Amino acid sequence: MTMEAIRTEAVRAGDVRLYTEDLHLHYGDVHALKGINMEIRGHHVTALIGPSGCGKSTCLKTLNRMNDVVPRVRITGSVVLDGEDVYGKAVDVTVLRRKVGMVFQAPNPFPMSVYDNIAYGPRVHGIRRRIVLDEIVERSLVGAALWDEVKDRLKKPALSLSGGQQQRLCIARALATGPEVLLMDEPTSALDPISTLKIEELMAQLKRDYSIVIVTHNMQQAARISDYTAFFLLGELVECDRTDRMFASPRDRRTEDYITGRFG
Amino acid sequence: MARSHYEHELEHLHVEIIKMGSLIEGAIEDSTRAFASHDLALCARIIRRDQTIDEMEKAIESRCLWLIAREQPVASDLRKITTALKMVTDMERIGDNAADIAELTMRIAEKNVFSDSGHILQMAGAAMLMVRDAVSSYVHTDLVLARDTQRRDDEVDAYFNLIKRELVHVFKADESHLDNAIDLLLIAKYLERIADHAVNICEWVEFSVTGTHKSAQIF
Repeated sequence: MTMEAIRTEAVRAGDVRLYTEDLHLHYGDVHALKGINMEIRGHHVTALIGPSGCGKSTCLKTLNRMNDVVPRVRITGSVVLDGEDVYGKAVDVTVLRRKVGMVFQAPNPFPMSVYDNIAYGPRVHGIRRRIVLDEIVERSLVGAALWDEVKDRLKKPALSLSGGQQQRLCIARALATGPEVLLMDEPTSALDPISTLKIEELMAQLKRDYSIVIVTHNMQQAARISDYTAFFLLGELVECDRTDRMFASPRDRRTEDYITGRFG
Repeated sequence: MARSHYEHELEHLHVEIIKMGSLIEGAIEDSTRAFASHDLALCARIIRRDQTIDEMEKAIESRCLWLIAREQPVASDLRKITTALKMVTDMERIGDNAADIAELTMRIAEKNVFSDSGHILQMAGAAMLMVRDAVSSYVHTDLVLARDTQRRDDEVDAYFNLIKRELVHVFKADESHLDNAIDLLLIAKYLERIADHAVNICEWVEFSVTGTHKSAQIF
C-alpha cells in the first residue's frame, strides 16, 4: 500500500482528526512551510519538534488559522478538519477556533477573575445562562485538573494564581468552548519542573477526549508524552511517525542527528 | 500523582521480573524432579516452556529500553532499570540451563544405565534455593539475603568437585560408564552455572540498592 493509500484509509477510518495537504506558507519572501503533509490522529498527542526556525510553531498556527493576521503571509494547500478545508471561503474562523483551541507558551490569563476567564469563550458564543456557565466553568476546571485548587476563589483575579496554575487555567479556558483539537505551543517552557509534570500528566488525561498537538523544544518531553512525533527542519516535515519508532529507529538521518543532539 | 504513567511502567517492569523469576524457579524445580524420576513428559514440557522464558527476556529488555528512551530515568530509577536489564540475561541463562538438564535427563533415561551418586539431587536443591533467594532478594530489595546467597555459591562449587571425583571413580571402575558419567558431569556443571547466575543476580540487586557492583562504585 502506498503512503497516500494508507493515509486515505486512515482518514476514512476516522483515525485522522485533522490533516494538512501540500501546505505551503510564505512570510513575504521567506518560504516557511514547504509542502507539509501531516496527519493528526484523534485521541493521541502529536508532538512537533525541530530546531528554532524550522517551522513547527508556524505549522501549529496554520491549524486554526492563527497566521491569518500576520502581515505578508501567503498560504497555499489545505488543512482539513472533519472533511472541510479550514481555509475554505465558507469557514467562520470563530467557529474554527472553538473547535481547535490553543494554549500558548507563556500563561496569558485575561486580567479578570478565574471564573470570567473560563466563561469568556462561551459568552462570546452566546451562552448567557448562569447555570450553564457555572457548569461549563466547573467542568473545564476539573478537566484541566485545577478545580480543587481554585473552587473557593473563582472570583479572585486569575493573575493571582501561580504560573503553573495560570497555564492550567489557560487550558481550562481552551476546554470551555468544547474543542475537538487542542493546540499547545511550548506550553511548559515557562514553567518549573513540577508544574511541567502536572501539565504533562494533564495531557495524558486530556487525550482521552481531545486530539492534542504540541510544539516542544524539549525532545525528552516529546518522547515522554506524545504518541506521534513530527520532525521539522528548514520548513520541511522530515519525518512523522509513532513516537516509539521515531526515538528507536528514525528513518531519516537528519532526524537521528537531531534527536541524538548532534545538531540543532 | 506526578508521572503516573512512568510509575505504572516501573511497577509493571517489577511485576514482569517477578513473573520471570517464578518461571525459572519452576523450571529448575521441574528439571530436578524430572531427573530424579526419569519423567520424559516433564522434560519435554520444560524444554517447551523455555521459549516462554526467552520471550519474557525480550519483553523485559524492550520495556527497559523504552523506559530509558522515553522517560530519562535517573538515580535509583536508572539503577533499577539497569538491574532489570542485566538480571534478565542471567535469568534467561538459568532457564536455558534447566532445559539443558532436561535434555540430558532424556538421554540418560533412554539409555537406561542411569546411576546417580545422590549428590546431584542435593546440589540441585542447593542451586535451586540460591535462585529462589536471589529472586526474592530482588523482590524485597533484601541486601542481607542477596549477600548471604552469594556466599552459598561455595557450597554448590564443593558439590561439583565432589560429584566430579565420584564420577571419575565410577568411570575407573567400569569404562563402559563413560558416556553416562559425562552426561552426569554436564548436569552438575549446569547446576554449578545456575548457581553462578544466581550470584550474578544478587550482585545486581546489590548494585540496585547501593550503586556498587562487585565492590566498585559504578553509579
